[in-house]
Amino acid sequence: MTETRVLSLNNLSKRFGSVVANDAVSIDLHRGEVLALLGENGAGKTTLMNMLFGHYMPDSGSIDVADEAGEMHQLTLGHPQAALDAGIGMVHQHFTLAENLTVLDSILLGSESLLSWRHNRRAARKKVDRIIERTGLAAPLDEKVGKLTVGERQRVEILKALYHDVRILVLDEPTAVLTPQEADTLFENIGAMTNEGLSVIFISHKLREVLAFSHRIVVLRHGKKAGEIATSDADERVIARMMVGADTPATPRDAMEPGAPVLQLKAATFKSDNARTTLRSVDLTIHAHEVVGIAGVSGNGQSTLARMVSGLASPDSGEMWVSGNRINRFTPPVMQKAGVGRIPEDRHHDGVIGAMSVVENLVLERLNDAEVQKRGFLRQKSIRDHAEKLSKDYDIRGPGIDADARLLSGGNIQKLILARVFECMPDLILANQPTRGLDMGAAAEVARRLMEARTRGAGVLLISEDLDEILALSDRVVVIHDGQLIEAHSKDRETIGLMMAGEHA
Amino acid sequence: MIRIEPREAPSRWWTIGIPVVSALSALLLAAIPLAAAGANIFEAYGQMYKGIFGSTFAFTEMLTRATPLIFTGLAATLAFRAKLWNIGAEGQLYLGAMAAVVVGTGMIDAPPFVLIPIILLAGAAAGAAGMAGPAYLKTKFGADEVVTTLLLNFIILIFLQMMLEGPLKDPMGMGWPQSEPIVDNAILPQLMPRMRVHSGLIIALIAAAIAHVMMSKSVWGFKLRAVGENAAAALHAGIGVKRSLMGAAVISGALAGLAGVSEVAGLRGYLTTDLSPGFGYTGIVVAMLAGLSPIGVVISAVFIASVFVGADTMSRAMGVSSYLADLVVALSLICVLIGGFVAHYRITRTTKADA
Repeated sequence: MTETRVLSLNNLSKRFGSVVANDAVSIDLHRGEVLALLGENGAGKTTLMNMLFGHYMPDSGSIDVADEAGEMHQLTLGHPQAALDAGIGMVHQHFTLAENLTVLDSILLGSESLLSWRHNRRAARKKVDRIIERTGLAAPLDEKVGKLTVGERQRVEILKALYHDVRILVLDEPTAVLTPQEADTLFENIGAMTNEGLSVIFISHKLREVLAFSHRIVVLRHGKKAGEIATSDADERVIARMMVGADTPATPRDAMEPGAPVLQLKAATFKSDNARTTLRSVDLTIHAHEVVGIAGVSGNGQSTLARMVSGLASPDSGEMWVSGNRINRFTPPVMQKAGVGRIPEDRHHDGVIGAMSVVENLVLERLNDAEVQKRGFLRQKSIRDHAEKLSKDYDIRGPGIDADARLLSGGNIQKLILARVFECMPDLILANQPTRGLDMGAAAEVARRLMEARTRGAGVLLISEDLDEILALSDRVVVIHDGQLIEAHSKDRETIGLMMAGEHA
Repeated sequence: MIRIEPREAPSRWWTIGIPVVSALSALLLAAIPLAAAGANIFEAYGQMYKGIFGSTFAFTEMLTRATPLIFTGLAATLAFRAKLWNIGAEGQLYLGAMAAVVVGTGMIDAPPFVLIPIILLAGAAAGAAGMAGPAYLKTKFGADEVVTTLLLNFIILIFLQMMLEGPLKDPMGMGWPQSEPIVDNAILPQLMPRMRVHSGLIIALIAAAIAHVMMSKSVWGFKLRAVGENAAAALHAGIGVKRSLMGAAVISGALAGLAGVSEVAGLRGYLTTDLSPGFGYTGIVVAMLAGLSPIGVVISAVFIASVFVGADTMSRAMGVSSYLADLVVALSLICVLIGGFVAHYRITRTTKADA
C-alpha cells in the first residue's frame, strides 16, 4: 500500500424523492489499498458505489480518478463507460449475468468486439485461465451460466471484473456465498494483486473478513460517513458501534432438551444429470427445540434439499416425515398443511411478488383462511388490519403497507417473509440463507426470531453458506458435500471447513 | 446531454393521464399524413367528429362497433394479467359464433328468456374450449401459447369455411357460404328502435364490471395477478399456478366467444366468414391501451370504435383513405408505449457543467 491517491469521492450527495441516500460523502482510496465499506442495509453503500460506477447521477459532488500515469482527472459522472475506461470495475451484489451464455462468453461479454471475437477466444481463454490460477476462483468455463449455482455465479462475476484489467475494483459483498477457505484464498490473492497496484473497495457485513483483510474501514450510517478508522486500530466492537450506534446484542440462546422429531429424511434420493442438484440417500432428523445447520459450499445438493422440504421437488426414492406424518405428495400446500414454514433462498425471486403490495404479500400463503376470504372474496378490512399489525410486530419499514413490495430494502423484505411464515406457528422451519445480504441489525433480528421459534418448540433446518452464522445458531452442524450429509461432531471451524471441501475428518 | 433514470413509482396521475395524452397525440400525429393526402385537417377532423357525435345514429353505430371490442379487450386483459398470451381471440370469437348458430337456428324452440342465455352459454363454452386447449398444452408440455393460439385462428377460420359450405350452410342462401339465420327468439334485443345498437352492449358492460370486481376483490383474481407478476413466488407460496392459468384461459376464451355470439345474434343475424374484421386482434390493442384494466377496456374500446367509425365518415366525405383509422389506432398504441416509458423513467437534461 502506498500514499498515492487513485480515487477521490468529493462530497457526493444523492436523494431519491424525500429519501437522502447519500449526504456529502467523501472518501479517498490509495494505490494498493483495500478499503472496506461498512454500513447497515440502506446506509447508502450501494448508492454510493452506483454513483462511482456511473449508474446514478449524483445531485452534487465530484469524483476524481487517477489515470495510468497517476494524474488525477475528473470523472464524467453518470456514464458507466467513463467509469470502465477509467479502470473502475464493479461486482454487483445482485448478479448481472445472462443465463443462456457460457461462463467464458459471459466473462468476455462487453470487452471484445463482436467481429474479432472468434480470433481472440483462445487468447482470452488463456487470460481467464491465468486469472483463475492467480485467484483460485474456479469456474467451469464452458458451462451455461443458467446451470451454475448462486455461489459459482458470484465467482464468475468477480472473474469478469478482473478480466477487464481494472485498477480499482469494487466488490459488493463478494464472499457472501464462498466457503471460508475460498474467501480466504480470494482475499489472499486480492492481497497479491494489490501489491501489483490494484486498489479495492469491498462492501461486506462480515466483520471478521473486514478486520482480517482490509487496510482501512469507512462506515456509513443513514447516508453519511459515520466514521473512518485504520484497520489496525479497529476491533469488532468498535466497528459495530460505529455501524449501529450501539453494541450489538449477541444472539441469546438457552440450552434446551430436543423434543420429538419434526423432520425425518430416510434414504431420500434425488437423481439428476447435474451433480450439483443430486442427493444421495440422505438421512436427517431434526427434533423440536433444535436448530440443525447445513454447512456446505453452494452446489452440493442444498438447493434440492430445500426444494424437497419446500414441496417443490419430489425425491426419487426414500421417505420424508414431518411431525410423524409421512409426506406422500410434495407440493407447497401439502408442506404448509404439514406445518412447514419456508424461508426461500432467493427472497426476491421466490419470496415476494414485487409488483404487489406489502399487504397482499403478507397473505400470500393464507388465501384460503377464513380471516382472509369469505366465499371467494377478499376481506379487505381484515387483511389490512392484519398487515398493519404484522408490519408493526415485525418492524417492516418502507414507504407503507400499500406500497409495492419491490420498494422495500432486502432486510425489510426478509422481515415481511418472516412475518408471513412465523405467524402460522410452523413445527418445522426451513431457513435457506436467511441472512444473506442483510445488515447486522436485520441479521440479528432474523436470528432472534429463529431462536424464539426454537424456544416455542419448532425445529429449524438452517441452510447457510455463512459458517459463522451456522456456528452461532445451530445446535448440531451437518455438512453437505456432493449430495451427501455428514454429521460434524465438533463445531470447530477448521474441521468443518475441511469437511465442506470433501475431506473427511 | 439527456439521461434516463428509473422513477421510484409512477404516480396515479400518470396511469390515467398517459392514455388520454397518448390518444390526443396520436390524433395530432395523424394530421401529418392527412395533410399529405391533400385534405383540410380541420374539416377532416370535423367530419370525423360528426361521424361519431353528429347524430344519434352515428353515436349508436359507434357503440355497436365498440361492443365486440369490449369483449375481446376483456379477453386479452384477463389472459395478459396472468402473463398468458392469448393471441387467439379472433378464432375463439368465431367458435362462439358457430356455437350460437348451431343452437340458435332452430335446434331448440324456446322463449327468448330461455334461448338467449342458452346461446350465450354455448358461445362462451365454445370460446373457452378454444383457449383451454392451448393453455393445457402450455401447462402440461410448455408449448408456447403465442404460437398455438395464433395458428389456431387460421385453423378455426378454415374450419368455419368448411362448415359454411357443408353442415351449417343455409339451404335458402342461394348458394352463398352463410349459415341459416338465427331464430327470432334467440336474437339479442335492440336497445333503441331503428338503431343497430343491441343488448350485447349491456352484456359487455356487465362483463367488464364483473371482471373488474373479480380482478380486484376476489381470491381468484388475486391468484391470477400473483401468477402473472411472479409465478415462481406464487408457486412457492402454494398458489396453484397451472390451475390459475387454466382459469384465466377459460374465462378469456369465454369472453372472446361472447363477442362472436353478440355479433352474430345481435347484429348480423347469420354467420359468414367476414363476421369479424379482426376484432380479436384489435382487442389486444384495446387491452394494452387500457393498461390491462377491465374498466379501462370499456373506455379504450369506445375510443378505438370512435376512430374507426369517425374515419369511415371522414373518408367518405373527404375522399381520403379510411386506412387512416388503422393509422390512428397504431399511433395511439405507440404513444401509449412511449407514455408508459415516461411514467417509469425520468428523462433529465444535464448541462456540461454537471458532467
